[in-house]
Amino acid sequence: MTTAEHELKQLMLASQDGDSAAHRALLERLSRHLRAYYKSKLARSGRGAAEAEDLVQEAVLAIHLQRHTYDPAQPLTPWVHAVARYKLIDFLRRTRASRADVPIDAADDITAHDDHIGAESSFDLRRLLKQLPDNMQCAIGAVRLDGLSVAEAAQRCDMSESSVKVSIHRGLKALAALIAGRTKP
Amino acid sequence: MKTDELIAALSNNVEPVDRRLVGRTVAIALGLGLVAALGLVFAGLGVRADLATPRAVIFLSLKLAFALGTVGAASVYLTRLARPAGERKISLGLAALPFGVIMLLAAISLGRAPSSHWDRMVMGDQWLECLISVPIIAIVPFAVVIWAVRKAAPTNLVQAGAFAGLVAGGVSAVGYALHCTDDSLPFVALWYGGTIVLCTLAGALLGPRLLRW
Repeated sequence: MTTAEHELKQLMLASQDGDSAAHRALLERLSRHLRAYYKSKLARSGRGAAEAEDLVQEAVLAIHLQRHTYDPAQPLTPWVHAVARYKLIDFLRRTRASRADVPIDAADDITAHDDHIGAESSFDLRRLLKQLPDNMQCAIGAVRLDGLSVAEAAQRCDMSESSVKVSIHRGLKALAALIAGRTKP
Repeated sequence: MKTDELIAALSNNVEPVDRRLVGRTVAIALGLGLVAALGLVFAGLGVRADLATPRAVIFLSLKLAFALGTVGAASVYLTRLARPAGERKISLGLAALPFGVIMLLAAISLGRAPSSHWDRMVMGDQWLECLISVPIIAIVPFAVVIWAVRKAAPTNLVQAGAFAGLVAGGVSAVGYALHCTDDSLPFVALWYGGTIVLCTLAGALLGPRLLRW
């Protein structure tokens, strides 16, 4: 087992237990791997760095939303690779490239390279947020963007703490769908 | 937006997640599907009249063992397939094992019977009813199982759909077995096995449409 696999897995386990710092470190490290992965895959179908960054953010959001589906009995690298590849195929299909453009690759590809030069993606989180229902907007704005606690957000948005949590989760899923919808041709 | 900003936003107040949610959701769906299938059989078709006789009990248990074996193996794999990269851990051989066993038993029972009985053993009285009922009873279980898999993140949608269909077909066969009075093994192998395979194929076709996330 490689060091990267071991370290990333520890971060993921801590993140699943609700450790914010580990979650952030995990997403930062994975985003660099994802960037290298998507840049190299997209370069072969003649697409640019901004599109790679859109995909990095889609994948980061997916990893965040689906982290409960990671089974600690399994290695993490194949899990991340499967999510990254699923988002790549979905993107290529949306943008009408043929499935033949998707290169065959192994799970190790995902942690083979690192790329920290992030371009701007084409999304504006705050603008996308405005398309969501008010309760989701308020909950995500308070907890995710302004860094309030769930209790503070519950007060600001005038809802219960559990509905703040549900609104954030549903809102981020809706946001992921909006991001995916935006890159339609 | 910069990716760093997104990550910072996602890392505010991270909540712990429930690692068992995927397994539990699939199990709940399985339970609901079974209740729906049994309900439809009780209400629509009725339980076989001779259920109390020893002969009926033996053949019913055989059919249930086949159907439940199929559901058991398939639902373990479905829970894996609901997770990203779950397709790495799939052994199609084990999922097909109940089919292999029932076909073997069917072949043995045909071999021991005179060939003049074969037609009746294979076709039974109600092959058409079986062919129609099992897929129809499977619809609600299939819908509930798909709902459960959609709660997770399958990355091989054809396989996940196929196993959802296999589970639903097996659950449906459990229900239909309570009604069906055709008790020969070749009948069970062909018509139960065949309709469950039909459900699996339908699931494989529908998976990519229904399971996208």
